[in-house]
Amino acid sequence: MRALWKAWGKFVLLQLNEVDKAYVKGNAGVRALNKVTLGMEAGEFVSIGGPSGSGKTTLLMVAGTLLEPDRGQVTILEQQPYLIDANERALFRARQIGFVFQQFHLIPYFSLLENIRAALTGLPADSLLDQTDPMELLGRFGLLARKDHYPSELSSGERQRCCLARAFMNKPKLLIADEPTGNLDEQNAKIVFEELRRFADSGGAVLLATHDERASDRVDKKYWMESGTLRTKP
Amino acid sequence: MQAKPFGLFNWITKEIRFRKLSFVVPLLAIAAAATMLFVSEAYLQIDRLETDQILERIESEGSESIRIEEDRVAKAGEALQDTVRKQMLKLGFNILILPEEADTNELHLNGSVSATMPYSYAERLANSNIVTVNHLLPTITKRIHWPEGNTDIVVIGTRGEIPIMHKALKQPMLDAIGAGEIVIGAGIQSKLDLKKDGTLRMLGRDFVISKIQPERGSIDDVTVWIGLDTAQEMFGMQNLIHAILALECECTGDRITEVRREISQILPGTKVIERYSQALTRAEARKEAQRSAESSLQMLKQEHSILVEREKKQRQQIEDQDLRFRSQWTPVAILLTSCIVGALAFHNVRQRRSEIGLMRAIGMRSGQILVVFLGKAIVIGIAGSILGIVVGVIFLWLRFKTGPQLVELWELFQLPSVQVSMLIIPVLMTILALLASWLAAFDAIRQDAAKVLQYD
Repeated sequence: MRALWKAWGKFVLLQLNEVDKAYVKGNAGVRALNKVTLGMEAGEFVSIGGPSGSGKTTLLMVAGTLLEPDRGQVTILEQQPYLIDANERALFRARQIGFVFQQFHLIPYFSLLENIRAALTGLPADSLLDQTDPMELLGRFGLLARKDHYPSELSSGERQRCCLARAFMNKPKLLIADEPTGNLDEQNAKIVFEELRRFADSGGAVLLATHDERASDRVDKKYWMESGTLRTKP
Repeated sequence: MQAKPFGLFNWITKEIRFRKLSFVVPLLAIAAAATMLFVSEAYLQIDRLETDQILERIESEGSESIRIEEDRVAKAGEALQDTVRKQMLKLGFNILILPEEADTNELHLNGSVSATMPYSYAERLANSNIVTVNHLLPTITKRIHWPEGNTDIVVIGTRGEIPIMHKALKQPMLDAIGAGEIVIGAGIQSKLDLKKDGTLRMLGRDFVISKIQPERGSIDDVTVWIGLDTAQEMFGMQNLIHAILALECECTGDRITEVRREISQILPGTKVIERYSQALTRAEARKEAQRSAESSLQMLKQEHSILVEREKKQRQQIEDQDLRFRSQWTPVAILLTSCIVGALAFHNVRQRRSEIGLMRAIGMRSGQILVVFLGKAIVIGIAGSILGIVVGVIFLWLRFKTGPQLVELWELFQLPSVQVSMLIIPVLMTILALLASWLAAFDAIRQDAAKVLQYD
């Protein structure tokens, strides 16, 4: 599959050009992104490393259409999400982008099944036709027996698997993963990386921020970020 | 495959079930405000109903008293009219023509005088052109001891009325008493157990009782009437009389002077005494009674209207008190409720920052996030106000059950204003909850998802 995508052609799924983002705290300004340029093709699994506070998550949020950059251009699937209005951008996000977080961000009052199905909330009714079967996702992530359990009743690994299932629910093209294995043991981390790899192999693109060296042998490109500047990691 | 949509209702209801306190506390605040609004409206309406009933009762009782009093006035008027009619018909405004030497003290003490005058005086008067007198009655009046009856009585000898020649013949006021006949007073009849058409003996003569006078409560009750001729014969007073009773004199006001002058010209050596009849006294008493009844009626009407006014004023004061309570406490309750609901809504937004971040991440639009938060406010508003009204109804039921009431609970709930308030209060409370949560909901959609997802 991976070879097929590579052979099929290079179609750019995510393109960031000269993106700047700064935060102002009191009188001091923190430059989180400094002329960051990044291109990702369909089927590509990219990891970004770097120390805490280097701007990794800011880059992920900008790429995930949740944080408008101060300068620069962001293009996803040939659309510039920051040039459309907020509601259209939200719909674009619901359709095209999936998120996995280190802190899971599961809804505490929804069962596992409901947490996965909650991803459908942002979609209009006519977009529900081609969605993944949530039960199939539960089965795929070994959570079928836990479908009626609440997040507080699950282990960290189960929670993260649930997050992955939620991220896959709307069949996104771009998956943003922010330290998804930060709270996981070896086995669950392996499952997560394997699933991300599989997603990329199926034609999606994965932008992963991680310190986890276990990801090294699964990603296509590795970047390093320091003080808001992105560079290729050898 | 077609996925089942995941509605916003899930976000609202499941969160309510999960964070019960953030639902229950504002719900109770709304319920308390709704109870206060509903009960204050109900109390106002109860007061108005009670006012209507009290005034209706007072009106009804007053009307009954006034009706009774009006009857009394009417009866007093009728009695007066009847008495005057009788007085005019039977006795008139009487004058007594006596010999000049007659002792009026004797007349007052014995009902008779010793002095006499010729019977011809009566005829002379009748034949004169007198205009102030309508009926003439020559009489002998004597107080005697009746040996056969063993009692003192007054004997009146009368010949009946002498027609006044120049006047049209009028219905005689007193018929002549036939020879050998006697009319007796009620006191004599009852004392001696005499019967009409029975006989009695007086001073050696036998009489047939032709009539028994009804009890009059006067000297008439111990009086007997016989023919004038018989009396003159019995007392040796041939062609003599004691007095001429002139009845139905047209001598009211100053005309008595004229009567005296007219009679003295016709009958020199006589004097005229004006005599009020008992009937007239009674008439005056009744007139006084009528006046008193009328005055009492007036007073009653005044008292009634004062009572109604006083009651109205008192009831108005109670209503004003209720209105004051409502106008003072409604803003306090609304403000307090708004603060509680608003503060808890903000707290709820703070609690749900991570959820809000996720909502943004999964592509929920600002409108949808607003619906999630304001939807909760709507549920709080509706449920709280319904709870408040239910509590209010229970409170009113207990109030009606435990204390004496002028109105019934069902009467209260039949009032349109109470029915409307049961519909309006949930609407108002829901709007209040929405407005109080509005800022918090806006705060929710203004949350920076990137920051929240990064740090929370």
